Amino acid sequence: MNEGLFINIIIGISIASVPLIFAAIGELLVERSGVLNLGVEGMMIVGALLGFVVMSHTQNPFLAVFAAMLGGMAIASIFAFLTQFLLTNQVATGLALTLFGLGFAAFAGRGYTEETIQLITAVPIPYLSDIPYLGPLLFSFNPLVYLSFFMVYLVWWFLFKTKQGLILRAIGDNHDAAHAIGHNVVRYRVMAILFGGAMAGIGGSFLSLVQVPIWGEGMTAGRGWIALGLVVFASWQPFRIIFGAILFGGITILQIHAQGLNINVSAQYLSMLPYLATIVILVSLRIRLKNKTNRTVPNCLGRIFHSTT
Amino acid sequence: MLRLIPRVENSTAMVLLSPVLALTLTALSAYLIFIFVLVDIPVSSVFFTLFVEPLIDSYYLSELLVKAAPLMIIGLGLSIGFRAGIWNIGAEGQYVIGGIAGSAVGLYFYDVEAVWLLPLMTIAGILGGMFYAGIAAFLRVKYQVNEILVTLMLTYVAVLFLSAMLQGPLRNPSGFNFPESRIFHDSAMLPIIWEGTRLHIGLIVAIILSLVAWFGIKKHMFGMQIKISGSAPRAAKFAGFDDNKTVWYSLLISGGLAGLAGLFEAAGPAGQLTPGLPAFYGFTAIIVAFLARLHPVGVLFSALLIALSYVGGENVQIEYNLPSSITQIFQGMLLFYFLACDILIKYKVVFFKTKN
Repeated sequence: MNEGLFINIIIGISIASVPLIFAAIGELLVERSGVLNLGVEGMMIVGALLGFVVMSHTQNPFLAVFAAMLGGMAIASIFAFLTQFLLTNQVATGLALTLFGLGFAAFAGRGYTEETIQLITAVPIPYLSDIPYLGPLLFSFNPLVYLSFFMVYLVWWFLFKTKQGLILRAIGDNHDAAHAIGHNVVRYRVMAILFGGAMAGIGGSFLSLVQVPIWGEGMTAGRGWIALGLVVFASWQPFRIIFGAILFGGITILQIHAQGLNINVSAQYLSMLPYLATIVILVSLRIRLKNKTNRTVPNCLGRIFHSTT
Repeated sequence: MLRLIPRVENSTAMVLLSPVLALTLTALSAYLIFIFVLVDIPVSSVFFTLFVEPLIDSYYLSELLVKAAPLMIIGLGLSIGFRAGIWNIGAEGQYVIGGIAGSAVGLYFYDVEAVWLLPLMTIAGILGGMFYAGIAAFLRVKYQVNEILVTLMLTYVAVLFLSAMLQGPLRNPSGFNFPESRIFHDSAMLPIIWEGTRLHIGLIVAIILSLVAWFGIKKHMFGMQIKISGSAPRAAKFAGFDDNKTVWYSLLISGGLAGLAGLFEAAGPAGQLTPGLPAFYGFTAIIVAFLARLHPVGVLFSALLIALSYVGGENVQIEYNLPSSITQIFQGMLLFYFLACDILIKYKVVFFKTKN
C-alpha cells in the first residue's frame, strides 16, 4: 500500500468517526448523570441544519459551529424541561425529540437543499505537519477532529478528576442518596443534558460542514442512534468512545472503498455494514462480559427523580 | 413559584382532560407557527384545509382511513410491548420485511388466481415481521443486548434490503429497470370495502385485532404479566413471571403486527412492492401508541387523529405549497404536550409564595 492511500484512509476514517465521537461523548455524560436521552439523532440533525444555514449566510466556520452547538442545546432544553421538571418518561420524550427534530429540520431547511457551501478544510499545523510520516498522520487534520479528542479528554477529566464530576456520577448511581446529602439532582442533570445537546449539535454540523458541502433531509442517517450504541459499547468509559468510533469510521470507509473497487456485491449490502456492525459489536461486548453484570451502568439510568422536600 | 405535589390517587378528571389540553396547546402552537411562516394566506383557511376538510370530503375521509389502518395495526402491537417495558422502536423495519416477505409470495404466484393466495401472503407478512423482531428478542434474551438499538439498526438494514430486492430478484422483469415489482394479481390484492376508494379490509382487521387485544389483556394471564413486568419488574420476578417470555411475546406480537401492516400496505393501496413502502408509519405508530396511553382500543382513535394530520398535511402541501414535514412537527409537538400534560394526573400543581 502506498503512503498517500494510507494517509487518505486515515483521514477518511477520522472524518467518518468524529461526528460519532462528539455525539457519543455528550450522551455519555448525560447517561452518567442517570438520564437516557434517545433524542441524539434529532439534536444532531438540528445541528447539521443550523451549522449549514449559518455557514451559507456568513461563510464563518466559527459562527457556524457555534450556531450548531446552540441549536443542539436549544432542542435539548425541551427534553430537559420535560423530563426534569414535568417528570415525563425519558424513552418517550427522547423519541419525540428525534421525531420532532427530524421534522423541524426538514421544514426549516427546505430552502437550503439546492445550496452548497465552502467546506471547513483541514488546517495543517505549521512546522509539525512537515515532519515526514508523523506530520501528515498526526498534525494535518481538521480542527474539529482535535476538538473531538479534546472533548473526550475533558469529559474524562471532569468525571474522574473533579468534585463536580464525582457528584454527577453519584447522582447517576443513586439520585435519592445524592439528593439526601444536599446535591441538586435536577440542576446537574439539566446541565448534563444541555452539554449533550451541544455536543450532538457540533457532531451534526460536522456532517454538513466537513463531510459534504450540502444539506439534506435525514442526512444524519442513524448516526445519532449509532452514537447511543457506542456509549453502551464503551461501557460508559470516555476513552473507549474514541476506539469504538474509529472502528465504525473504519467500517464506513471500508464500505466506501469496496464500492469503489467494484466488488461484486450490491451497494445496498455494503451500506448495511455500519448498522450490522453496531449490533455485532454490542453482542460481542456482552459475550466478553459473559454473565457478569455490567458494573459501570449508571444505576438510575432512565429513572424519574422527584423530591417532595 | 410552582410546585408539584404528588396526588394520593390518580386524578380521573385529568386522565380525560390532559389529552384535550395537549390538543389545544398543539393547535395553539400550530397557529403561532403559521402566523410566523405564512405570508399572504389567512391562517384560518390553512387550518380548515388541515383539520376540517379531510373530515367532510368523502375522498379525503377514505384516504384518512386508509392511512389510519396501518397506524392502528402497528400502534396496537407497540402498545402491548411498551406496556411490558419492551421498547420496539424498529417497527418500521419489521413493517418493511413483512411487506417484502408477503409480496415475495404474491410475486412467486403472480399468474395464479386462487383464494388461498392472499391468506398465504398475509401469513408470510406476519412471519416476516415476527422473524425480524425475533432477532432483537433473541439478542435481548441470550445476550442482554438493548432491543431499542437492535430494532432501530435493523430498520436501516431493512430499507436497504428492500432497495436491493427491488433492483434484484423482485424487480419487474418487464418494467424498464424501474426499481418496482410487478403489479400483483387481482386475487393477491386486498378487498376494497368502500367502492370507488382505496379503503381496504385492513381497517376492519385493525378494529377486530384491537378488540381481541383488549379482551386478551383484560382476561388473559399474559395481559397481567406484561402489565406487571412493565410497571413493577421486581414484583413480576417475585410472582414468578418469566422475563424472557415477556420479551419474546412482546417483540413477536409487535413485529408480527408490523409485518401484517407492511403486507397490507403493499397488497392494498400500492398493489405492488415499491421503494415508497417505508412511509414512516412504523415511527409514527410510536406516537399513536403513546397518545392512546398504550390502550389497545385507544389506539384506534389516536391513529385516526394522526391520520388526520397526515391527510391534512398533504392537502396543505398541494393547496398552499407548504412542506409536508410540517405534519411531522405537529406530531412531535403533540407527543411533547401530551407527555407534559400527563403530569397533572399524578401531581397537583400548587402556586406558593417564596418567603424571603
